[in-house]
Amino acid sequence: MSEFSTQKLRVSYSAKTVIDSMDLNIPREKITTIIGPNAAGKSTLLHAISRLLKPASGQVLLDGKSIHAMRSRDLAKDLGLLPQAPSVPQGIRVAELVARGRHPHHGVFGGWTSDDEEAVAAALLATDTLEIAEENMDELSGGQRQRVWIAMALAQQTDILLLDEPITFLDLKHQVEILNLLRVLNARERKTIVLVIHDVNLAAHYSDHIVALKSGRVFAEGAPEEIVNFENLRVIFEVETIIISHPQTGRPFALPIHQ
Amino acid sequence: MSDYVSEVANATRTLRSWRRSRRARFLGLISVLCFTIACSFLFSLIWGRTFVSLDSLVLMATGAEDQSGSFIVERLRLPRALLCLLVGMSFGMAGAAFQTMLDNPLASPDIIGINAGASAAAVFAIVILSKGGLIVSTYAIIFSLLIATLIYVLSIGKALVSARIILVGIGVAAFLNSAIAYMLSQALVWDLQEAIRWLAGSVNGATYAQAMPVTASLLIFGGFLIGQSRNLEVLRLGEPASVSLGVNLHRSRVLVSVSAVGLIAFATAATGPVSFVAFIAGTMGRTLLGAGRSPIVLSGLIGALLVLSADIIGQNAFSNRYPVGVVTAALGAPFLIYLIIRKSGRGELI
Repeated sequence: MSEFSTQKLRVSYSAKTVIDSMDLNIPREKITTIIGPNAAGKSTLLHAISRLLKPASGQVLLDGKSIHAMRSRDLAKDLGLLPQAPSVPQGIRVAELVARGRHPHHGVFGGWTSDDEEAVAAALLATDTLEIAEENMDELSGGQRQRVWIAMALAQQTDILLLDEPITFLDLKHQVEILNLLRVLNARERKTIVLVIHDVNLAAHYSDHIVALKSGRVFAEGAPEEIVNFENLRVIFEVETIIISHPQTGRPFALPIHQ
Repeated sequence: MSDYVSEVANATRTLRSWRRSRRARFLGLISVLCFTIACSFLFSLIWGRTFVSLDSLVLMATGAEDQSGSFIVERLRLPRALLCLLVGMSFGMAGAAFQTMLDNPLASPDIIGINAGASAAAVFAIVILSKGGLIVSTYAIIFSLLIATLIYVLSIGKALVSARIILVGIGVAAFLNSAIAYMLSQALVWDLQEAIRWLAGSVNGATYAQAMPVTASLLIFGGFLIGQSRNLEVLRLGEPASVSLGVNLHRSRVLVSVSAVGLIAFATAATGPVSFVAFIAGTMGRTLLGAGRSPIVLSGLIGALLVLSADIIGQNAFSNRYPVGVVTAALGAPFLIYLIIRKSGRGELI
């Protein structure tokens, strides 16, 4: 059975332990969101399971193998990360940036194949960026840029896609647009998607599984209905809320109590 | 579903034609450069104080000798032109590699102190040790590698920040230049001549023997750089994205740094620091190609053309003959100022 999990994972920056003995199993082919207050270790966790950070101890297992023992290029075919703020090379065009996603599929001198071309085309189509493929990244809006970055991650054709705060700097329209796109990708290509997100209500609305972190530990995990409740939010975020359910979907929706 | 399939097929076709036109442009640029280099090369063989006609050049090439002309061409002009191409290519490739790796045109080895390292070592060998030839070259090579390591160690923090490397490099270069000035002030007259000729960057008295190590370094280090050129382009997306795309950060950076410094060191050992060639060729290659493709090969060719044509100008354009480094410096300094003004116009400081 394919699995993606952490075992007794401990990650620290110099002397400070940010994540401590974490056992986490990420459900495959589902959308998982990681929530928690600032400094709970959300991004650190995402970085550790994408091999950006080396754990102090414990391991991250992908189908039984430790990701830190795999060849960089091989891992990059299974697991892609969209960082929080990747740099845009000056003057790069959308199609050229998305083509970078094919990097792990190439040898040192391997040429560009029709598979590569098709992967890029499909990624542009899926993210609705084909029309702007020849445009300069510098001239796009924040929402368009984020879709292009997702297109790059899609062109990488990995089963698992990790996204570090993909909607933090977008307005509501673009937030919803990106989250809908992720849901379509999950449904159509059965990708395992893990994202860090600040908005508990959007997390509840769009994910199958929520992992709530507090002080470097998993405080609670499960379906949105199990996680988003008065007691959990009071402990995790130190906020008192009224929980209502979304009239369409029945998902929980938290409103802060008026004081 | 078949709708989706045909949509992907259409998009694939569009992308393919775009990519082909971009590649055609790239190949066009390369061909134009190669043609211009070939013309300049021929020109440098036939033109000079003594004119050698194309006819006699053909005779020499086919082995039917023309005594006086063949000495001038085979012993003087040919090795000189070859050395120009080799060092120009080395500087150009190394410049593009550094600028790409640190994602900043100012991160060129002639600005961040690598060339100054080679120069200081050579002046030390000439002035203080009174050595010449191969020993000077060896000092230049070893010391520029040491200086590159020093700059790296001084600027390493939690992350590799290119602005810090550039600033530390400029500081190191300033220190080395004052050390050079001090050594020159202590020099004996005949050593001073030699040291200053070397510092200006010159291909005077070029020999085939000088060209050999530069050729070898181009084959080895240049090959490594071309091998790393795709990783280098990915590195520009930042560390997290590079790791996600399967680039082994540490290995790539070490390989690129060592190769680029190696190219600079061997080229500098042969001709002295031909100023601003790495900087100009690297920047021009990137500007001509845009961000989609690695400029390393193109910048190498631009560097070759730049040094060769600068030497032709230095030899023939004025009543006095000037070393090639004087001509490239005269071109490079205004270019650097222009670039800094343009950058600050965009709100970037470094």
